[in-house]
Amino acid sequence: MTSQLPALQVVVPLVCAAGCVLLRSAFGAWLLFSVAATASLLTAVALTVQVWDGDVIRYEMGGWPAPAGIELVIDQANVVVLLLLGVIAVIAAAYGRRSIELEVPLRRIRMFYAAMCLLLTGLFGITVTGDAFNLFVFLEISSLSSYALIALGRRRRALLAAFQYLVIGTVGGTFLLIGVGLAFAVTGTLNMADLADRLPAVAGNRAVTGAVVFIFVGLAIKMAVFPLHAWLPGAYSEAPSVVSIVLAAVGTKVAIYAFARFAFTVFGIDVVFTDLPIGEAILVVGSLAMLAGAGVACFQQDFKRLLAWSSIGQVGMIVTGIGLATASGVSAAYLHIINHAVIKGALFAAAGILLIRLGSTSLESMAGLGRRMPLTFGAVVIAGLGLIGVPPTAGFASKWALASALVEDDRWLILIVMLASSLLAMVYVGRIVEVGWFRAPADLDERTAENVDQATAAANPGVVRVREQTSVLMAGPVALLAVASVYFGIDASLPSSLADGAARILTGGGAP
Amino acid sequence: MIATHYTYWIIFALMMIGLYAVMSHGNLVKKLIGLNIFQVAVFMFFISLGRVDGGSPPIITEGIEVYSHPLPHVLILTAIVVGVATTSVGVAIAIRIYEAYGTVEEDNALARDAAEEGTQ
Repeated sequence: MTSQLPALQVVVPLVCAAGCVLLRSAFGAWLLFSVAATASLLTAVALTVQVWDGDVIRYEMGGWPAPAGIELVIDQANVVVLLLLGVIAVIAAAYGRRSIELEVPLRRIRMFYAAMCLLLTGLFGITVTGDAFNLFVFLEISSLSSYALIALGRRRRALLAAFQYLVIGTVGGTFLLIGVGLAFAVTGTLNMADLADRLPAVAGNRAVTGAVVFIFVGLAIKMAVFPLHAWLPGAYSEAPSVVSIVLAAVGTKVAIYAFARFAFTVFGIDVVFTDLPIGEAILVVGSLAMLAGAGVACFQQDFKRLLAWSSIGQVGMIVTGIGLATASGVSAAYLHIINHAVIKGALFAAAGILLIRLGSTSLESMAGLGRRMPLTFGAVVIAGLGLIGVPPTAGFASKWALASALVEDDRWLILIVMLASSLLAMVYVGRIVEVGWFRAPADLDERTAENVDQATAAANPGVVRVREQTSVLMAGPVALLAVASVYFGIDASLPSSLADGAARILTGGGAP
Repeated sequence: MIATHYTYWIIFALMMIGLYAVMSHGNLVKKLIGLNIFQVAVFMFFISLGRVDGGSPPIITEGIEVYSHPLPHVLILTAIVVGVATTSVGVAIAIRIYEAYGTVEEDNALARDAAEEGTQ
């Protein structure tokens, strides 16, 4: 049984997706999604324990040996992502029980959970696979289900956001396919370990350069790295709350993992960072992303849109760590992947509560929040401090790690950019605090009525019904993530040992 | 160069036509058509990779020594399925956009959202 764990990581959510469609009951679909999420988390924990000492598990799918068959590879570089995915999936299951009931029309809930299961299948698949073409297929599975999920947002502009993401996401996925095709044309293999073996012999070949560029640009679209980020703000802010949590916490992170996997273990540091100026290019776009993301976030009028722009800045920070291509840089990037997932998960979950309580996520509607909903507001402030990087939050731990990695490499200019983006984060988090704490709340009943009218006018079936009470199932995940974001700042031993292990595998030339 | 690699030139021309259609048109259906042209060009690129000079179709037959490479064909079978799925999701969303906005022109839809925001 334990030897089948790598396959089960992908198969369980896939089977549950089919089950959700067959069940014809909204509650049953939720139950199946919860089962899939819990099983995935347990599988991820079991796999983490198995590779904790640096072992690598290679699983032959269907008993066909690599390189002809498809291989699943589990090592320290991807169990981090698996764990994160598992935790966020369980949180989404708990949170979704009430939130989805209020945001998505009843007849669509069953299909909603089917798409959520497929999203998990795709994300887990990208993470475990050891085959370049298989990675493309899983990427498309996760993308297609996320387009459908975003389109289920309550306002009609969710449809436009989903369509824009579909167009740009498909172009990205197809770029990845071209890159894989070029690499296959030169080496005659699709297995990542096999590619890594054969690529050094043909280094310098123009097709290899083309493969590197196409794969990285394709993944950069999925990662929403600065000039290719256009799809992200609409997608994150219009999607149903649960979908926003999953996409913001782990959606882009999985693409970042795939990027690191291709850069370090498939093409190798020599080809990507020495022969080609990819490392420098990543540092430049990463720095621009930090400034642009945080800068634009300062001017947003909607809480979810503000968080989405802040994500663009934080992704810039993560890729900067990877662009350094040093062990400490990659470790800092992984640490920030974990911490940012926890922080943004908490913030988007809080945004979902605001949507249900206030009928809107505009900053204006948050006036006087500190007095009316002190606990939710408290969680937003704690997580916000994490975005700025105030000690002792998790954000501080990862920004400190990235700063030391930058100093180690004598990248003073980027360090200044990073500090400037943290100052900008202080501005946008400050705006939230100012609105929530110092502004007088408008009359609640009046505003609520107005917002419901506006939602009806939007001619969308998913009119949000404003509730007086926050369900424990929704408040619990917010509290848990907010506490975790402080805990990981005080005692960073668990995330940093995971991050260090991943960096060791990736930069130490470990087997892919 | 052009004479020996003409398939690649045709394929890359098709790719660029597809990408141009995606970027230049505001009509959502035309965007999807462009996306399809782009994807099909990539599929053709893969299939042309599998060609072996003088090779016959990869079905084992007596008296034939050289076969075309079957793997790219199999891969593209999967990619075509992905492409069909993408198109159908895209068309489904485009239909819902038409129902919600009464238009499939991206600019008109955005303008209607902006107008609505202005009246509030």
